[in-house]
Amino acid sequence: MNDYAAGNGLINRRVLLTRAVRGGAVAGAGLLIPGVSQGRPDWMRRPGGPMSETGAPSNYEAHVVRRNIASRPGTAGSGASRTPLGHLDGIITPSRLHFERHHGGIPDIDPANHQLRIDGMVARPLLFSVEDLLRYPIVSRIQFLECSGNSSGLIRPKPAKLDVTALHGLVSCSEWGGVPLHYLLDEAGIKPEGKWVIASGADSAALNRSVPLDKVLDDAIVALYQNGERLRPANGYPMRLFLPGWEGNASVKWLRTLSVTDQPAMSREETSKYTDLRDDGTAHMFTFPMGVKSVITAPSPGIGMHEKGIYQISGIAWSGAGSITRVEVSADGGRSWAYAALDTHVLPQALTRFRIGWDWQGQDAVLLSRATDSLGNIQPTREQNMQGRARGSFYHVNAMQAWSVDESGALENTYV
Amino acid sequence: MYKSIRTLACLLACLCFPCQADELGNFMSPGLGSSTEQADENSSHTLLVLPDGSGLPPGKATAAQGQSIYAIHCSACHGSDGKSGINDVLAGGQGTLGGPRPLRTVGSYWPYATTVFDFVRRAMPYHASGSLSDHELYAVTAYVLYLNAIVDLDTPVDREVLVKIVMPNKHGFVWAIPRR
Repeated sequence: MNDYAAGNGLINRRVLLTRAVRGGAVAGAGLLIPGVSQGRPDWMRRPGGPMSETGAPSNYEAHVVRRNIASRPGTAGSGASRTPLGHLDGIITPSRLHFERHHGGIPDIDPANHQLRIDGMVARPLLFSVEDLLRYPIVSRIQFLECSGNSSGLIRPKPAKLDVTALHGLVSCSEWGGVPLHYLLDEAGIKPEGKWVIASGADSAALNRSVPLDKVLDDAIVALYQNGERLRPANGYPMRLFLPGWEGNASVKWLRTLSVTDQPAMSREETSKYTDLRDDGTAHMFTFPMGVKSVITAPSPGIGMHEKGIYQISGIAWSGAGSITRVEVSADGGRSWAYAALDTHVLPQALTRFRIGWDWQGQDAVLLSRATDSLGNIQPTREQNMQGRARGSFYHVNAMQAWSVDESGALENTYV
Repeated sequence: MYKSIRTLACLLACLCFPCQADELGNFMSPGLGSSTEQADENSSHTLLVLPDGSGLPPGKATAAQGQSIYAIHCSACHGSDGKSGINDVLAGGQGTLGGPRPLRTVGSYWPYATTVFDFVRRAMPYHASGSLSDHELYAVTAYVLYLNAIVDLDTPVDREVLVKIVMPNKHGFVWAIPRR
């Protein structure tokens, strides 16, 4: 019994290591590779392909793509595509797989004809070209971006038959590099009455959001780089606002204007959308930081379980308020819990990868994870998270989510 | 004074420790911003409209004038009545927010009439944003408000009217952050 960290087969790390060795000695039946000649597979008998200017994933990984790229009728280019979380590991989302949420398609912006304008309650309204911004001090940080509509499938009264991508694929994590906005606002000279900054994009929706000035001066950047290269068009090329930890919609892409004001714009995106209607008929607005959350990405529906044996449960955790300090995992629907191991990189407002071993011998199980952040916030249960929500109010869902496992190893979203 | 103290602190820190850009971050700014004056001469760049009416252009129009503009540019997606289209429902739903089936529309949910003008000018019609004249924008804004029984068919809608309208759900929002 001491082998187990918690009920229903969760294993502590020491046991996992020793068992893996034992398992390796017993297994190893070998692989029958077609086309082998003189003891070599095809790809060892002649030189491989040429180099290329830009790389691409293996042909055998062609199924690892963003999901939901179609737009609704009449809204070409708009919608929300999802990061295939079940096929990824680590904490960095490859830029080509970063989720998308567009309100007027992806503009094709020539950086030579794009400028950032800072105006409103400033002493000196200013324009900055992309070339200008590239000369400013740049900071680079690994941080998540999450659409506040992520995980909204959990509001359904009955568990939706959705996989981890469909349920939670509106979160991604990148190394974002850009110019801290305080440099640019200092240069423009904020007038004392300035309290908000209204950001507006150069897409056909000219999408705008109001951001409190103290956030902008604290840690907001005009992002120019993502994962070491210049932003992809789908992520705001040539420049976007990036607000660490805050709902993705406020990090306005294709950034064109920052207007300092004494009041919020009450734009459509911060009133009609991205607000949280309560069951008493009132609605919360300006719910900016994304709540503490964790998700088990493997095993998950379609990912992982095919035979009895030792598995590694793996997932991601994050919080808009700070760093992840703890992730607990349960294999028995929350009756008992074990601490998961956290990967090396535990960073504020970033995805954190957690892992724990699991001995699955064909038993029914319900897998759950629960994250805690550096401010002591604990991920709520679904019941707690739905408390007081109006029907159809789907933003800012950060509930714990469970996968049921049946005797065949099939997984399904379930409620506990 | 403040800046020189920060610079001194940075220098001292760099003498003692390897300087971490992200933590100290007090590098000299190159100061490259250029004046907007020249740009403003040939463009009305700022689209921003605030609830106090600032940013609204001169002009006025009635819902009656907006009816045909709405029919041409809006009804395919939003329905001729604002209730039966393939995209967002614009009208109806008043009184449903605290009930079992809340319906969020311009009339039932949006707190400010100025936002209608601002959003339509920014983003609509979807396939040709920016194509409506100021007169057409006032007219179609008036028509969407008319569909929600917030203005009459013949009430001229201008900046003053949009600012004065008390939308049915104006007081329905609670700030999740301290008011500032």
